[in-house]
Amino acid sequence: MNGEVKKGYVRGLDIKNGRVDMSHGSGGRAMAQLIEELFASAFDNEYLRQGNDGALLPAAGGRLVMATDAHVVSPLFFPGGDIGCLSVHGTINDVAVMGAKPLYLAASFILEEGFPLVDLQRIVQSMAAAARDAGVPVVTGDTKVVEQGKADGVFITTTGVGVVMDGVDLTGANVRPGDVILISGSMGDHGMAIMSRRENLDFDVPIESDTAALHHLIAAMLESGADIRCLRDPTRGGLATTLNEIAKQSRVGLTINEEAIPVKPVVAAACEFLGLDPLYVANEGKLIAICAASDAERLLAVMRAHPLAGDAAIIGAAHVDPHHFVQMKTSFGGRRNVDWLAGEQLPRIC
Amino acid sequence: MKYIDEFRDGELAKNIVANIRREAATDKNYSFMEFCGGHTHAISRYGIADLLPANVRMIHGPGCPVCVLPIGRVDQAIRLALELNVIVCTYADTMRVPASDNLSLMRAKARGGDVRMIYSPQDALKIARDNPLREVVFFAIGFETTTPPTALIIKQAKDEGVTNFSVLCNHVLTPAAITHILQSPEVRQYGTVPLDGFIGPAHVSVVIGSQPYEHFSSEYRKPVVIAGFEPLDVLQAILMLIRQINDGRAEVENEFTRAVTREGNLKAQAMVSEVLELRRSFEWRGLGEVPYSALKIRSAYALYDAETRYGIGYKPVADNKACECGAILRGVKKPQDCKVFGTVCTPENPLGSCMVSSEGACAAHYSYGRFKDIEVVSV
Repeated sequence: MNGEVKKGYVRGLDIKNGRVDMSHGSGGRAMAQLIEELFASAFDNEYLRQGNDGALLPAAGGRLVMATDAHVVSPLFFPGGDIGCLSVHGTINDVAVMGAKPLYLAASFILEEGFPLVDLQRIVQSMAAAARDAGVPVVTGDTKVVEQGKADGVFITTTGVGVVMDGVDLTGANVRPGDVILISGSMGDHGMAIMSRRENLDFDVPIESDTAALHHLIAAMLESGADIRCLRDPTRGGLATTLNEIAKQSRVGLTINEEAIPVKPVVAAACEFLGLDPLYVANEGKLIAICAASDAERLLAVMRAHPLAGDAAIIGAAHVDPHHFVQMKTSFGGRRNVDWLAGEQLPRIC
Repeated sequence: MKYIDEFRDGELAKNIVANIRREAATDKNYSFMEFCGGHTHAISRYGIADLLPANVRMIHGPGCPVCVLPIGRVDQAIRLALELNVIVCTYADTMRVPASDNLSLMRAKARGGDVRMIYSPQDALKIARDNPLREVVFFAIGFETTTPPTALIIKQAKDEGVTNFSVLCNHVLTPAAITHILQSPEVRQYGTVPLDGFIGPAHVSVVIGSQPYEHFSSEYRKPVVIAGFEPLDVLQAILMLIRQINDGRAEVENEFTRAVTREGNLKAQAMVSEVLELRRSFEWRGLGEVPYSALKIRSAYALYDAETRYGIGYKPVADNKACECGAILRGVKKPQDCKVFGTVCTPENPLGSCMVSSEGACAAHYSYGRFKDIEVVSV
């Protein structure tokens, strides 16, 4: 009977006490069981149900955007989220800031031998819920297991595909002198949420990660008809580093106004305590938009009307600068460079 | 943020700046050294130099712990990690200080050395407790601010009987470095470094008090104003220094009264002198050998002294020839006077130690102020 064991004779996964072992990555029955009971049931959708090595998808009808993102965040669970929902939001946002409607996700797991199944289930369920809420299904995936000590619990790589509407052309190279810079909310929440949970820092403040999928906000911004040149999500390296990337790509200078940049008081205090600059701390649910000056106020109103961008703000403008510097008018009345991040401010933040 | 925002108020700054401009005599030049990297950082980050009149010049001093750490000391820590299989714990900035053979502690880590970044010496002792089969060394650096926690951890390790833990002690002393600068030929003989007064350290003075600086005002006739690290503190201290010069006074004044007393933290001082004692001499990057300028672990705690425990002798290593860190740390040159500044030497690939920490004069100027060196078309 094709080697199949009669149902009822197979013992289900012991989620409560079980742990990932090497057989879960062997390609054999244990792996099939893990995939079926833990992954397939959580992510269930018509493409995954095809049960093939790859997902067969309908033609999308437009220019495609594809983005991939590996997630190695430590700790795996943090205030406001976990590696599961983060891996969904992160890739959806990378696709969406290109002006695309995200359609599908692929997910690849590297599991460390000994990882508790109950934690894995919690992560997978959080991921599935995030994908469901976003309306972007996980249509294919892969699982590998490595020996203890060769990974750190679980690493998740997600890849996303989306389609761009005609007429939408967003790139970091589009910015022109005179354009206006907007951000969708407070800076540094995700990084400081992670930091507050790092084991060697007994630092207990209620900072929650801002991890969120931004594609609905972006759709509303695009629908407004505002002349948006470029969108970016300021993740690793924070606002400062992302602005430097844009300045370099577009060959312009950018000047921001310190007083206009929203930073939550608790995040500012935590940064102060640790000697970090919130402008360099990662965000996972915020975006930078650069648009034509004439459309800035209108775009700001559209953003503020969305629940994920209630604190959106105009923070600066682009200008001619052959050195492509990012500068800041300090609240103190001086002026300074806002440079690329040097070295590593916070390792394994996403 | 309460107790922070008050000291970053742009409106108050305008008032102090107006006073500075009014009181600084136009026929005089004022050159003040801010000893501490914390002040250097505040001056660059808040653009304070822009607010000052042209005849008030700030000279960056050597008070940046990683900047004055000589190559040979980092080499010792790297040897412990790579050759003796020791877990080396240290503060973040120390990880990136360039050492011999194109190595740093961070690069030693990539080569398999067990190097761990910590926020407090307590973390290092915890790592030792958690790894009883490994040897753990805390690579301790810094001025008087970070010295008491190091002394405390050594005492704690002894009291608890933790035997796999020791400290590579590189703590240095502020007053000795100020004396060294005041004695240097550039200041005393040639006058190439005009020095009219000092902004005294903030956190260091919390520990040692204001009393140790009285020598500089009485013996060397240099005014000292101890100031906090917030931008308003710095501006106020500059104003106080200008007033002293104008009045012909040379006193130790305390702008940082919210934290500094004349005696300092006696408990911390007692802890330090119980565990640590003066070294006869210590090499500083940039300043060379400076007599009685650093601390070592007392023989009663010899078991916790990594230098004797592992017999790693100190071997001085010369800085890269092109690097001007030495002259910059003595106030003789500015970062932009260095040929490798911003070209070969950047915060990503520091050649000299002043480019490593955000408190270093070169890194501060590179990160916050280099747009001033080149013509920029502005908004």
